[in-house]
Amino acid sequence: MNSRRIGGRLLRGSRAGISASVARSRTVRRCHSTVGPSQKPGAAGVRFPGAVNKMYLNMVKVSIMDVIMVEAQRQGRLSFYMPSQGEEGTCVGSAAALEKDDVIFSQYREAGVFMQRGYTLEDFMNQLFANRKDKGRGRNMPVHYGSKELKIHCISSPLATQIPHASGAAYAFEDATAVESVASSPSPATRSCPVIFICRNNGYAISTPTLEQYRGDGIASRGTGYGIDTIRVDGNDIWAVLQVTRRARELALKDGGRPVLIEAMSYRISHHSTSDDSFAYRARIEVEDWKRRDNPITRLRKYLERKGVWDEAREIDVRTKIKKDVLRALGDAEKEKKPPIKSMFEDVYKEMTPELRHQMNELRSVMEEYPEEYDVGEFEGGSASLK
Amino acid sequence: MRIPSRLSTSLAKSIKPSRTAHNTRFLKAYSTHPPQAKLNKKIDYGSTAMLCHSTSSALQNPELPPEIQNGTTKRMNLFQSINDALSLALSIDETTMVFGEDVGFGGVFRCTGGLAEQYGSERVFNTPLCEQGIIGFAIGAAAEGMKAVAEIQFADYVYPAFDQLVNEAAKWRYRDGDFGRGLGGLTVRMPCGAVGHGALYHSQSPESLFTHIPGLRVIMPRSPIQAKGLLLAAIQSPDPCIFMEPKALYRAAVEQVPIDAYTLPLSVAEVVKPGKDLTLISYGHPMYTCSAALEAAERDLGVSIELIDLRTVYPWIKKRMINAGIGAEVAASIQGDKETFLRMEAPVTRVAGWSIHMPLMFEKFNVPDVARVYDAIKKSIQY
Repeated sequence: MNSRRIGGRLLRGSRAGISASVARSRTVRRCHSTVGPSQKPGAAGVRFPGAVNKMYLNMVKVSIMDVIMVEAQRQGRLSFYMPSQGEEGTCVGSAAALEKDDVIFSQYREAGVFMQRGYTLEDFMNQLFANRKDKGRGRNMPVHYGSKELKIHCISSPLATQIPHASGAAYAFEDATAVESVASSPSPATRSCPVIFICRNNGYAISTPTLEQYRGDGIASRGTGYGIDTIRVDGNDIWAVLQVTRRARELALKDGGRPVLIEAMSYRISHHSTSDDSFAYRARIEVEDWKRRDNPITRLRKYLERKGVWDEAREIDVRTKIKKDVLRALGDAEKEKKPPIKSMFEDVYKEMTPELRHQMNELRSVMEEYPEEYDVGEFEGGSASLK
Repeated sequence: MRIPSRLSTSLAKSIKPSRTAHNTRFLKAYSTHPPQAKLNKKIDYGSTAMLCHSTSSALQNPELPPEIQNGTTKRMNLFQSINDALSLALSIDETTMVFGEDVGFGGVFRCTGGLAEQYGSERVFNTPLCEQGIIGFAIGAAAEGMKAVAEIQFADYVYPAFDQLVNEAAKWRYRDGDFGRGLGGLTVRMPCGAVGHGALYHSQSPESLFTHIPGLRVIMPRSPIQAKGLLLAAIQSPDPCIFMEPKALYRAAVEQVPIDAYTLPLSVAEVVKPGKDLTLISYGHPMYTCSAALEAAERDLGVSIELIDLRTVYPWIKKRMINAGIGAEVAASIQGDKETFLRMEAPVTRVAGWSIHMPLMFEKFNVPDVARVYDAIKKSIQY
């Protein structure tokens, strides 16, 4: 089998005995100049400057939302948040390469995927504040987004459970399915599922550095063991991510389907979550280095500036506007009432069981008998919804 | 395939060479009944009232729709009725698919025999030997609208998939909220229960572990008619279903089964026999034990006993229940409901396996037998 080239080196899954380290695909160097003529926006199938600007704005939007929401969490205005600083390129770039009907399963650090797909600031905020407009009906932790319209399945906390889901969905749908997470399982290859596994290798799992997670050559080196076509890409290079994902999608759909693994190398600039202080296990200087020297947003901005479609004035305008939009959406979502209490009993099954109905009535009786013990005012309809 | 298909006691021929050194002569040592026994006799499946031995008795079932009652029947054992239900499900709805370890060649208990040939290897296929993967794959397929009927080879091996069932399948609809994406297409089949020589990992009945899990429906049929109707209902259900098949009945339980597709209601218990002095509640394989004990008790003690088959062990239609062990749950809810509490004349008695792991040599002393059930009935009556 020949190895294929997509920017970097695509390893054919069926090729035996791969021992060399898997090369990174990079179309834009850190000094932000394109590497070759085939690796321009046009080659990546993106309209310039419209679609490129959109990708850039979505990355900026995610990064501004992250800063504001982390701050809001620090002020106790929401219970939890997970930023995705440093990984905006992987998420926005891969989402831009997919078609709108491609089904997506994700882990939790994929705000850029939701943003690029069309999840609005209002959607983000309603979910984060678990208000009555939250489609998840106030049941999930913040950042556990989902959208039927955007074909993204709801995020759940258990790690990697989504990986076999993506294979099953791909088998069912016979259309590309992308999963953004780590590791793999044997079924997609044996069942020829058209699925793309996108691994965000950001160097850490909470406090655990990759040195304590594996001794092999990252995740990419494992793909070939399963017979999965695999490529490693510079996750901070949005062009590389875009091209690789687009090519992976073509391959995944070819000849009745097959899985493709993309390992996107990046760095988790942010803390793991608002419940984590990452300086307890890594040096501040290491984080600052990545933030300054190899940042997906800065890299795309430099590219746009060199092409003459971006400048400092626009940057300031856009950032001011986004900040205002985020704060407005935040304020609005925060003011909304919470979902009716009844929603806690619904959707366990499609129809509420007699058992649940009974429990719901029992809760209402208690609330009505001891009204001073329960704060129901912030919930739409109060205890009366329990009928 | 983990263990030879010989685990089914009366399996005529082994499909693959046996990995363990069982042979028929050896098996008898574990499954004989004391020669002088009056109660602990071998269940006579050929005459038990639990099974419909004639077409007319099979079609009399009031739960069957009129067109089925006017139709015909065929003699089937439990694995054949499961096979029949799967075949009908595959033919009724093109989105149905059946998969798991070794299902392609017909399954280690023959439940999927002929299905791959008839419906194609795209719809009936083997998966890698990985339970978490099987259920995760099934969940993904069901999430995209397929009817995914997954098989776990033995209920004893469902634990690697527990995370997927508990954290994913059961919670899918709940966490999707207004989007309403549920996993109605998900049905997980698994052979369960003691079989005479299954020891630790081919005997388990883990249904009570699932009955702690809101969001799942847990079903166990007692007979071929029940198996077919309940399995088709499970596949059509808008909720994810765990369908547990008492493997000792695969070949033992034979009755006349309506040949067309029909469903039986989920979450509805069946009064198998009316009675006024005492109620026996059970499900699955022990229904036969209960029936035999009931006959003996009615004959010897002159009492009238009601026999109820839960069929769906969770959630069942009894409004005062909070998920816990089934026996404990039944007992607690009978005592906790003032209607039944005030009418009780004796404590609720539970007869169940001991709190030990299933030991090879001592299985028959662990599984609740007719004598123990009989004794419990007697003590309750004399209370």
